[in-house]
Formats: sequence, structure tokens, C-alpha cells
Amino acid sequence: MDNSYPAVMSRKKDILKKATGIDYDKFEISPIAFDYEGLMNSCEYSWEDVQGILEETGVGKTALVELKNVTELVRSISLPGRGGRIFVKDEAANPSGSFKDRRAALSVFHAKRLGYKGVVAASSGNYGAAVASQAAKRGLKAIILQEVYDSRKVGQPEILEKTRACEAYGAEVWQLTVGPELFYIMLRVLEETGFFSASLYVPTSVRGIETLGHELAQQVFQKEGRFPDMAIITHAGGGNVTGTARGLKKAGSHNTVVVGVSVDLQGLHMASDIDFNRKSFTTGHTGFGIPFLTWPDRTDVPRNCARGLRYLDRYLSVTQGEVFYTTELLAKLEGIERGPAGNTSLAGAISLARELDRDQILVVQETEYTAAGKLPSSQLTFARENGIEVRRGNPKENVPGKAIVIPERVDQIEIEDIDMEKIRHSYIERAMKITEGYVPTREDLQFLAEDSKSSIDYVRETMKALKVKTAELV
Amino acid sequence: MPDAKRGDLVQIHRIVLEPDQRPDNLPSCTKSVPYECWIKGFLIDEGANMGDEVKIQTFIGREISGILYQVSPIYDHNFGEPQKELVSIGNGVRRQLEKT
Repeated sequence: MDNSYPAVMSRKKDILKKATGIDYDKFEISPIAFDYEGLMNSCEYSWEDVQGILEETGVGKTALVELKNVTELVRSISLPGRGGRIFVKDEAANPSGSFKDRRAALSVFHAKRLGYKGVVAASSGNYGAAVASQAAKRGLKAIILQEVYDSRKVGQPEILEKTRACEAYGAEVWQLTVGPELFYIMLRVLEETGFFSASLYVPTSVRGIETLGHELAQQVFQKEGRFPDMAIITHAGGGNVTGTARGLKKAGSHNTVVVGVSVDLQGLHMASDIDFNRKSFTTGHTGFGIPFLTWPDRTDVPRNCARGLRYLDRYLSVTQGEVFYTTELLAKLEGIERGPAGNTSLAGAISLARELDRDQILVVQETEYTAAGKLPSSQLTFARENGIEVRRGNPKENVPGKAIVIPERVDQIEIEDIDMEKIRHSYIERAMKITEGYVPTREDLQFLAEDSKSSIDYVRETMKALKVKTAELV
Repeated sequence: MPDAKRGDLVQIHRIVLEPDQRPDNLPSCTKSVPYECWIKGFLIDEGANMGDEVKIQTFIGREISGILYQVSPIYDHNFGEPQKELVSIGNGVRRQLEKT
């Protein structure tokens, strides 16, 4: 068989159909639109099934902890009457140490039920460990493909720890150098093994995360007699935002403001061999966050079930230095030592809480485990070794790839709002570019409006500005 | 004595794609280097030296071949060095809380 790059990529559709058990063609409506809810519902498990499957492997039902000391600190720097109550969902208590266990649990169960002998996932982060852990519990084989090294064979400490974790759970790990060819390798491995693709973006993955939003809404309701005012979610590929927001709605929490937060890495190229080791955060950053909002279908499946733009009310960025500082706060004031990447949303919450009244409730919906390689001291040591300046100061002086500035005071933690209007515009522009020559119908406008959390009027105006002819105008 | 004998835990190295086999839409620094990979497993060959083409059985029992790269590969990521920019944060915020 021809295993060259172009040959394997041309077999993509067939390989993925066999490896996911999903015929994506069934859900296509037009070159632009597809039946999103239909695809989500193709995952045939009832809500009770989903909860039972997670419970069987010890996933979920994590504690919701009020961060009283952090809230007190925030109030000391807020205007009178301000300083919302910050709660955190301690997802590090899941079997492999992150919310990603929810994401893997249903997919691995599904793979086993369909008769696959093993699962494959491309992930350099917590998701790989979650798939390996779930596969161990279900008696399936796991292959995890990781982007680990630059061309000098220098590896990010956080990812090296993930290799160790995946191997501890008995997975075969491919440690690869920088490049988007990770997807090519995945297709080759899927074809060779006949294993299930435990993609981050299939319906079972997103459905698993819905339990997180559902649980946190219920826990806040049980404690406080009402739903949270804000859910703060670290955003990368969109699954965490999508699943959590859907779960909140499922629990009846319709008015909770859904906020995404990413670490600002703007200016660094994600496929660059040089930029790869100039960052301290390997996920939860704008390098994934923004492109996945403006073009969700850029993934390893034909249609992505993780569609962040459908659910986000607000999208913020924080700096690497602010997240390291926050990680220290959580350990020193609350006695909870967790991995920095999972504290991205907490850094956002510390700034956001100052805008809220004292009786309002913000829920930071995750933490992640910490270990060698995955803590501020190892990541900052690595940053210095790679020529990054590390110092205390005003975090506004932070420059991705050049300087990490750790705040001097808590009031210097200040979120930046990312312009959602601009993101919506780019999303529509991208959809038009991909389907150039096709004349969008009213149904397409409806789909784009839902997919970008806007309105048909907004989509129509944007198309006019882009000089796109729609079927309504022809 | 060969560097590794049958059954030893080893790491192999493979070039997956040479630069000219990689897609064209990559940044030049990425496109100009090969796409490489490292995999661990147990040596199947009777004995082998570094740089030899060998076969391994991976942790899930699959057979894969490549160039012998390391014997008894270690995890060498660590906790890093103490960071003076971090160590004073805790006491600072605790003092601030005591004042409130």
C-alpha cells in the first residue's frame, strides 16, 4: 500500500468512517450546513447511560470547592460591594487527573461495545493519559500519538510528563517531532491496526463533558438554591466549552454566562519548529483557541462536535505569567496544588470576580493534576533554558515567546476581552472561502447564525459586506 | 557484549518523513527538517548495538522496527529549579489577607 503523505491523506474519509463507526455524509445538508444535533444524537446513549458509564470507572462527581481566601483577596482590591464568590470544580480528582477522563470514558466504552480491539488518540496533553487510563480499565489497547520534541530533540517538560503517564497506563506512545503530520500518522496507525479513533471531536467525547456542566449546575443549586452566574472555562479546541455549556442547559441553568479563557500566545506559530519550545503552555492557549472558533472543522474528523462559538458569551485572554502567579495563589491560600494549564480559567476568574457583585457566583470548572514537568518551577526553568526572559513586573509587558512577566500584585491580573465580533466575522468569511462558488441558501444562513451564536440578520449583513451572493438575493 | 539483549526495554528511532516528503504548507524551519519519532518497547532481536535496525514489541504487543536509540530509557523531566519570582508570592498575599 502507498503510505506516502498525499496517498494516505486521500484515503482519509474511508479510514475515518471505519475508525469512528460514523457515516458523516448522513448529516451533511449542504457544503456549508450539517445537522449538528442529529450528529450529537447519533451517540445512542441515554443521559442515564452516560452517567452510569462514567460512574463505573470512577469518573466525575468531583468536589465543588469555594475558594474563600482567594475571594477575600479579590474583595480587598475591588470596589465596595464587588467581588463575586469563586468556586472551583476539582477535576484533578478524576482517575487520570483531569476532566479529560469524562471526554475519554464514553468513547472508550463505545469502542469496546462496537468490538474494536483498541483505541488511538493524538494528544500531547491530559487527553492522551485519559484515553490510556480508560482503555486500561476496559481492557482495550491504546496508542497515543504525541507532538513532543523540536528538531534538536528538546521536549516540553509538560509533554514529557504526559508520555510517562500514558506509558504508566500501558499505552504504546509515539513521541513525534513538531508538525501537523500528526494527523497523517494517526490515519496510518488507524488503517494498520483497525482500532477506534478516540478523537476529541466525536459525539461521545462531547457528550461525556456534558456531565461536567450538569454536575456543577446541580452542585451550586444544592448549596446555594440557585444556578451559577458565570461558568469560566479554559478554551482550546472547543470541547470543554461546548460540553460544559450543553450540560449547564441540560441541568436547567439557562442564564449562566459562559466565558472562555485562553493563555495569550498570539504571534507564535503552532507548526513552527522554533516557536514550539518558546511557549510554556502546550494547550488552553490562543494558538488553538482562536482558530478552532473561526474554523471548527479543521480537525481529525469531517465534522467537529466541539463548536465553541455556538456557546461562548465572552472570550478572554490571560498571560502565562498571570497563570503561574494564580497557580501559586491556589496552593498557598487554598492548600490546593494543581497544574498550571488547568488554572488558566482561575486566572480569568480572579479578574472577572472584581466586576461582579459579592453575592454573585463564578464557577471555575476545572483543575488538573500536577507532577514533575507540570508545575511552574519546571516550566519556568525550561523557559529560561530556551532564551525566555522571566521576571516580576506588570503582566501587560508579557510578550509570548520572549518574556514571561509574573505579576507583582494580585490587582495586576487583568483579563483582555477578545473581540467576539471579529471572530464571528472571520468564521463567516472562512465558511465562504471554503465553499467559494456555492450560493448559500436561507438554511445555510440559519446554520451559520446558530453556529456563530448570532442572527440571520447578522449573517446576511456580514455576507453583504463580504460581497457574497446568497440564494435570497439571486 | 551487545548494548541490548532480547527482552530489554529499549527505545527506537524512526524517520517518518524526509523533508522533501513533508507537505509544502509548513513554516520553512519545520519543512527543512525530517519528521521523526521515538517509540519504546522490548527488544525482539537476540542482541543489538546502538544504531542497529531492530524489532521491538511495544507495550501493547505490536511489533515495530526502527533504529536502536536507547537502552533502559529514563524519564528525566523534573521539578525544575527554585524560581525566585515565585517563592515570595505566598507570603505577600497572606500578609495582604491578614490586613483585611
